[in-house]
Amino acid sequence: MQKKLEKILKEYKKKGIDSATESIIKNEIELLKVKKQKPILNFHNINNFYRISDLKVLQEVTPKNQDISLALKTLEDLIEQDKQREKDGFPRRIRIGKLMKPTKGGKAKVVIVPTTTEPKLYHDDSVTQEDEEGTGGAGEGEEGEVIGEQQADPEQGEGEGQGAGQGGGTEHDISSEAFDIGRVLTEKFDLPNLKVKGNKRSLTKYIYDLTDINRGFGQLLDKKATLRRIIETNIMLGNIQENSEFNPADLISTPQDHVYRIFSKEKDFESQAVVFFLRDYSGSMQGKPTEVITTQHLLIYSWLMYQFQNNVITRFILHDTDAKEVPDFYTYYKSNVAGGTKVAPAFQLVNKIVEEEKLAKDYNIYIFHGTDGDDWDSDGKELIDEIRKALVYTNRLGITVAKNSWAASSATTVEKSIENSGLLKEKPELIRIDGFGADNASEDRIIEGIRKLIS
Amino acid sequence: MELISQHTKKIMEECKERARDAGLQFADETLEYIVTNKDLLELSPKVMIPTLYDYWVHDVEVLKEQGKYKLSPHNPYETVINSRPAISFYNDNNPDWLNIMIFYHVLGHIDFFQNNELFRNTWNDDFVGVALADKRHIANLRTNHGRWVDYVIEFARSIDNLVGYFEKLHDYNNKPSLFPSKKLSYYFENFLQVIKKTPLSFYYNEIDRYNELLKQNKNVAESLFFSTVKEKYPEFQALYEKHGEDEDPKYDVLEYIMDNSPFLNKEKNQWMKAVISIVRNTSMYFQPQIRTKIINEGWASYWHDNLFCTDPRIKGHETSYAKINSGVTSLSRVGLNPYAIGLRLVQYVEDLANKGKMEREFQKLNNSELIENFDKKTGKGKETIFELRKNFSDFTLINTFVSQDFVDMHNLFVVGQRYDEQRDVIQYYIKSKKAEDYKQMLINTLYHPPRVFIDKERTDEKRLFIKHTFESKQLIQDFIPDVLLGIEFLWGGEVNLETTEIHVKKISNQEVFENYKVLYTAKDRKVMKQNV
Repeated sequence: MQKKLEKILKEYKKKGIDSATESIIKNEIELLKVKKQKPILNFHNINNFYRISDLKVLQEVTPKNQDISLALKTLEDLIEQDKQREKDGFPRRIRIGKLMKPTKGGKAKVVIVPTTTEPKLYHDDSVTQEDEEGTGGAGEGEEGEVIGEQQADPEQGEGEGQGAGQGGGTEHDISSEAFDIGRVLTEKFDLPNLKVKGNKRSLTKYIYDLTDINRGFGQLLDKKATLRRIIETNIMLGNIQENSEFNPADLISTPQDHVYRIFSKEKDFESQAVVFFLRDYSGSMQGKPTEVITTQHLLIYSWLMYQFQNNVITRFILHDTDAKEVPDFYTYYKSNVAGGTKVAPAFQLVNKIVEEEKLAKDYNIYIFHGTDGDDWDSDGKELIDEIRKALVYTNRLGITVAKNSWAASSATTVEKSIENSGLLKEKPELIRIDGFGADNASEDRIIEGIRKLIS
Repeated sequence: MELISQHTKKIMEECKERARDAGLQFADETLEYIVTNKDLLELSPKVMIPTLYDYWVHDVEVLKEQGKYKLSPHNPYETVINSRPAISFYNDNNPDWLNIMIFYHVLGHIDFFQNNELFRNTWNDDFVGVALADKRHIANLRTNHGRWVDYVIEFARSIDNLVGYFEKLHDYNNKPSLFPSKKLSYYFENFLQVIKKTPLSFYYNEIDRYNELLKQNKNVAESLFFSTVKEKYPEFQALYEKHGEDEDPKYDVLEYIMDNSPFLNKEKNQWMKAVISIVRNTSMYFQPQIRTKIINEGWASYWHDNLFCTDPRIKGHETSYAKINSGVTSLSRVGLNPYAIGLRLVQYVEDLANKGKMEREFQKLNNSELIENFDKKTGKGKETIFELRKNFSDFTLINTFVSQDFVDMHNLFVVGQRYDEQRDVIQYYIKSKKAEDYKQMLINTLYHPPRVFIDKERTDEKRLFIKHTFESKQLIQDFIPDVLLGIEFLWGGEVNLETTEIHVKKISNQEVFENYKVLYTAKDRKVMKQNV
């Protein structure tokens, strides 16, 4: 990867680039060398022995919290209450939290739940002058001996499953709760309801297919099913005995044994929207920017699920210097590969998919792109070309720039490219861009960002 | 909730008899309930107190930011709660032998609740009954004041971890005759040392003079003593009187706000005080529990182990018991198990006392062989651990008895973490086998809320000034504004908080820590921060 990037850098240098872009590229290559951020080391969970209780230890009874699906009943009340809080002059309390929850069959899913904190004056153990902390241990061994190892980037457990990393293992999915969260977002945060342009299509359509089964008559004989019925009939008639041979010619078949496929009308749900989520997953995105972008995209996805009554097809595209499509949100959410940054290929891929699959004809198309603003293609000509193409068919193209701390104060390459192109003024209904510093982006800021992108 | 069957209750009663014979002390009456999953749903958010007041936060998933901060531990979910009668909870399909083990464990806890001095503040009431009355009171208030009741609960809860539990405990044991009069302590502690800064020799002379007078005539010693003082320091009396005005009874933040808030003292807001008081009392009730986790579990484990093994009713289930018991009380290779450490410490203390190793005679020894083989067979072990259960908390237990001897005996060590960049793994390694390190590590994990108090000099009608005593840890900054807004509401005016922040700077790859004092101000529902 490093060599590839250095090669690109050489090519760029030949073409001639400005110093800012060069430093961005060099920075990215540096990040590749460092490879991984040092994980945060602490024993907070291990040392919190106050969680160990008699019920659990002696009787294997675990304290339970209200199941979230039960709690959803009161979700409306909670939202109402939260709105009232604001009117009364107090900060809101309900937040949207993400959980990675294991489900039946060992799959994990991203669940979004209403959460809250009880703020109190607590000691903050994350910043301390004291020596690194420790925990207890017992058994054989000498000082300095390593007694155990753990993968530095374990599967995120319960809790705020944030941040990106190399995902793997079991399949993951966003749960059906996305719909409910969409509702919450729409109501709680007053996100606008969607204006669907053009004619509103019927939500259902009918197709005709040879799917129904009918006995006696029909268009297509189902040979296997028919044979099975004939055998059954003849067992009942005594023509076939267990453990003895029989002559097929002796078997009797009735018209009722003939199983046919029959042409029938099938109801099919039509998807109303295709949403493309594009995300820069280069090295510089590591940490906060990725967290902000994935959170925002998850929320946008939820909002669209609600707006389109679950009729949303999602496509996920990751890009560094190249773009690739990934199959599900989990991969999209978790993947993190260090590499360079070129934005144009991502849009190129979207255009290609839309064209090849002829999506533009049947669907409302939304494109959301998340980036830290880096783009090695500093003049942005390629990017603007691709975006222009996309603007022909898309209902909305929203770009979020979650800036790294070192770039937070100035406009990033992507922002400059979009700004200079004049597209924002030319087609304000179709393209929006929103940039903010990722380091101190609160949930409110993220949702505010959504509002900017979609209203 | 359903009571346990008559059959099981009979088993419990027999356990009580045996426990009493062994020396445990507890009230006759206890209540045992079967808990179903549905019961647990309701009980868990209310920390197993069935009658605790309703509060909306209990209906929401509360964010656990475990990874980021070590949030103050929540009150433990116990099988048994410290009520009168004590109530305990059981799975309905426990086999009899397991119930016997749990019953002994539970009786250990009940004995601890009812005899350990830290629980003194819970001895006079049945908390379940009190909580029920409180719950009804709050429900009543809700019909009149609606959501404002919940705001008051919320704001009071935001500082309910700062209650002056130890001050309250101190009051119970504060026998006035033990201490010199206020005037005397002012003279010796403040006047001579702080104000006059007299030389030590003079200070000691004065003490001698007072003691001499005391010997001659107890009753007039003090007035005679001060008549001489008056000649030397004519200004003393005036200063003392002025000091007396400043000196309030010891207040925690909640109590101070309740008594002094101009807002709460308005006629129409009086009801809020009742709510705050309920929140404060509830918190106060849980304080001893969270400070005795290790010793309490150790004590209960000690007894379930001793009593179970000698109980003839369990014949044939020894192996099943051994399996469960070892799961409960084994020392973790990595991590802390309060049951295991507590049990080992109780056993250790018993052994020390039995051998006479807690006596002066032993402590004077310096011959290692003599130390090793010292055994006076005093038979005082049991007596001593009963004293331990009466007077010790987690901190005092650890601080007093975690010795190198103890650490070596059980092969204990401190585990550290480091990151192996090459292989991308976190390694756990033995960092230290020294008792002092192990002790410090244990102490660091104990519950310790920040020390926050009212600065009365800078507090007046219009503003409340709160100070945080810095103990090398800053407060969680995200939470400060919300907490202050709540206090501002309760105070009805400006609220200031002086605290210390730690800033980390990187100077040539070295992390340098700098502490800054900052002042938060909550005014008109807005919070600002400035450097001091």
